[in-house]
Amino acid sequence: MSDLYAVAGLGSQPVAEQPRVNPPQLERNLRSVRNLVSAALSVIAVLLSMLAALPLFSVLAKLIAEGGASLSLQCFTEEPPTVMTAGGGFGNAIEGTAYMVSFGCLLAIPFGVMVAIYLAEYGLKRRLAVVIRFTTKVLTGMPSILAGVFAFGVFVLGVFGRPSPFAGGVALAILMLPTVILTAEEAIRSVPAKMKHAAVGMGCTASQVTWKVTLPTAMPGILTGVMLAIARAAGETAPLLFTAGFSFYFFDWSEPNSPMSSLSVLIYQFASSFAERQQSLAWTAALVLVCFVLAVNLIGQFIISRSPMSRR
Amino acid sequence: MSHEYQRMTLSRPPTRGEVLSDRWFRWSTFGFGVAVIGLLIAILLEIGSQALPAMREFGLGFLADREWDPNKNDFGILPQIWGTLYSSVLALLVASVFGLAVAIVISQNFLPRWLEQVLKNVIELLAAIPSVVYGLWGIFVVIPALRSLLAWFGVPPSEVSSSMLPAALVLAIMVLPTITAVARDAIVSVPVKLKEAAYGLGATRWECILGVVLPTAATGIFGAIVLAFGRALGETMALAMLIGNSNVLSLDLLSPGNTLAALLANSIPEAGGMQLSALMYAAVVLLFITLAVNIVGSLILMRANRNLLGGHA
Amino acid sequence: MMSLRRSLFVLVAAPAFLLVACSGSNAAASGELSGSLSGTGASFPAPLYQAWFKMYHDEVNSGIKVNYDSQGSSKGVRAVIAGTHDFGASDAAMKDSELAEVDPQRGMLMLPMTAGAVVVAHNTDIQDLKLDRATLADIFLGKISRWNDPAIAATNAGTTLPNAKITVVRRSDGSGTTYAFTNHLSAISSEWQSKHGVSKSVNWFDGALGAKGNEGVTAGISQNKYSLGYVEFSYADKNNLQTAALQNKAGKFVKPTIASFQSALAGDPLPANMRLFVPDPAGDASFPIVTYTWILAYKNYDDANKVAILKDVLNWCLTEGQKHSEGQGYVPLPTTVTDKVRAAVNTIKVTANG
Repeated sequence: MSDLYAVAGLGSQPVAEQPRVNPPQLERNLRSVRNLVSAALSVIAVLLSMLAALPLFSVLAKLIAEGGASLSLQCFTEEPPTVMTAGGGFGNAIEGTAYMVSFGCLLAIPFGVMVAIYLAEYGLKRRLAVVIRFTTKVLTGMPSILAGVFAFGVFVLGVFGRPSPFAGGVALAILMLPTVILTAEEAIRSVPAKMKHAAVGMGCTASQVTWKVTLPTAMPGILTGVMLAIARAAGETAPLLFTAGFSFYFFDWSEPNSPMSSLSVLIYQFASSFAERQQSLAWTAALVLVCFVLAVNLIGQFIISRSPMSRR
Repeated sequence: MSHEYQRMTLSRPPTRGEVLSDRWFRWSTFGFGVAVIGLLIAILLEIGSQALPAMREFGLGFLADREWDPNKNDFGILPQIWGTLYSSVLALLVASVFGLAVAIVISQNFLPRWLEQVLKNVIELLAAIPSVVYGLWGIFVVIPALRSLLAWFGVPPSEVSSSMLPAALVLAIMVLPTITAVARDAIVSVPVKLKEAAYGLGATRWECILGVVLPTAATGIFGAIVLAFGRALGETMALAMLIGNSNVLSLDLLSPGNTLAALLANSIPEAGGMQLSALMYAAVVLLFITLAVNIVGSLILMRANRNLLGGHA
Repeated sequence: MMSLRRSLFVLVAAPAFLLVACSGSNAAASGELSGSLSGTGASFPAPLYQAWFKMYHDEVNSGIKVNYDSQGSSKGVRAVIAGTHDFGASDAAMKDSELAEVDPQRGMLMLPMTAGAVVVAHNTDIQDLKLDRATLADIFLGKISRWNDPAIAATNAGTTLPNAKITVVRRSDGSGTTYAFTNHLSAISSEWQSKHGVSKSVNWFDGALGAKGNEGVTAGISQNKYSLGYVEFSYADKNNLQTAALQNKAGKFVKPTIASFQSALAGDPLPANMRLFVPDPAGDASFPIVTYTWILAYKNYDDANKVAILKDVLNWCLTEGQKHSEGQGYVPLPTTVTDKVRAAVNTIKVTANG
């Protein structure tokens, strides 16, 4: 699993697990300064690690404490309250996140998988492939707000003149694309050459091998990458802030050129609200968003762990 | 006859249609591949062309000017560049210590394997929490916690508000998973032979780690820190919510600041004219800083891998 | 192992399913007007506008959705100049130079919808803080930086002032609230006038916390002990922030209340173009920082449906809506004013040639 996380943007090359080597357990003189120093360092390192894990639990505890109280069915079905109204929910924000992430998927998945096929199957060592791979890594490291700035420039300033779900979806697709490409390439490359050779031996063309052998075999890895991309996109705020905007209504599909809410932008907007209901909804929306993101991450881990290609 | 032949056996040569569609498919993957490069170029061109009026107007002095005054159309981003670098460096100082500790703990047999796995997953999940949620948590948990903590050291609560310190701490949490994941990979790929040799010479566990494992993995660990730096530079929402959005040049940890990304998030929706162009110029600067850092980080890691593989073979 | 077809199905169908599942919740009222309008601009009246439009949607006609994006007055003015939105909103009525930039075919109406006050809110335990004119300006110039400064003590005799730093919270975006505030500061302080002038955004002194929107400043004040900032009255009121009594032109210290705002606005009649600022109102009972806030609409639209919706919504806001203003901390406009504004609304028409 760490391999795919690594490939998905943490940048390093996957490494094989090595046998565990422990220090010899023969005679340990606890009075020896060297042993004491070593033991002390061990305690410090373990303590630091536990401390590093603490924020996750603190975030979750706070979300459950603050957001759990207002969690109800109403949250998922109703439009957000204004400062005057009580009640309400963030149904339109869920709609918006679902729509824009799905739209991002529709753009980024076919695009990304095709690029990955080129990189892994056709262009393996070519200079162009090296350039494409490098470009993809560059896109991975690009701050997410710049994807928003780009979509803002092209669609909000340019084509449509105001925020729209289309601009938001494109911004999310740009963020998902490199994750999809890098994980899919890794998954495709890990398909054993033997399987492909067998298919070629039976008279398959290269593209048939790809469609009938390589992609099905690599599918769990590709899906895991997609899950990582979805989890990331669903939580993004900066690229949606000025591309999709914010709205108090369910989306009016007869007027597609109007702002669309998303969970993340709603959290940002309501975090600083003075209306109590809006503030508590910010926490509840954050709880829902984090649960969704963690669930998608876990599904990704589950898919890869069940895959026959999983290396351990 | 040939029909019979095909029905009887599994294999046959590809038909003309299959060869054509094969060629078509190959070219379309090629097209998508080239489109990735096109996308990056489009991003550079779009932001660059919007920034052009400000580049002409302010030139490189933009980078050294402290004023951001939409009334007088006087724009400079020195405080934002400073805030971006300062917050990221502070975050890295914290995240490197903790991230490296975790990387060592989950790779050097301190814990049972299942617990290693749990800790590793928990740290990975830290990376999954959205930035805006960290911002919310920072406002309502980290700042109040800092207030009571610093009160012990005699800092009055009124001095502790949105500022560099809470921003950098939350940023540290956000980049810690990157350091841990990449540093762990570097540590794990240190050849077992070296550790065996160290233990054979009578080294304690930490003498082995500090004397053999970390020096061998040093390039990779350094690469991890540089990559995390690249991440920290581009983080937006949590910082925009915590840093105070004030164009201040100060070393003071409790002074508010601003970052390039937070400036963009706060000002783009309402900007127009020269201010918008100046913001696009700021976006170009952010893009180049992050790209440079990321490229350096990737090169270091490539080098680290080559060295280790070289040593192995 | 998953078959390719099944996997592809999952990849494509899952998002498609989400799309379908999420788009089935619109129920337009039958036979009536239906459609959407988009507006953007001032955050000063945003809670009221958003509440009005939502209330109209919930109670009058669920087929109509008016989106109002609170992005600051500068954005509202620019949006109507660029023609990107159906209407804009601003607390600083458009200047002649800005009006000249609007497409002359479409024309521009500035419609006062409500009025409000900019108040100085603070997060301290001081009851009934009073700030005189010089002190107010000096705090926002960064010259007075501690709560127990003699200048503050002078007008607050008998109150214990905390020995703490004043954290000034100010707007980071272009804002009509800032415009109204600096309009007043420029009227009362020559130093402010020469250093910053009247403007929608100010190059603040170092150390003043920047926050986006009235929402952000309000949050900044309530989250930071010993902070102080200027916000639209309703934000301070609804958030239970302490507000300072300010010294008016007559030298009296006046607490922000709807009555003191009405007194401040009662002085001058609205001119024909409905653009009126009162930087320093006269009258003993007048709160010193008040402003009208305007919706910027075109005289001509090319879409008949939009014109019908806009007229209906604005007329509702100017009649029924006014009844809800006071509860939200805004000043209900007297009928003499609303009649004038409604007459202007009813002149909005559809251009023949599209």
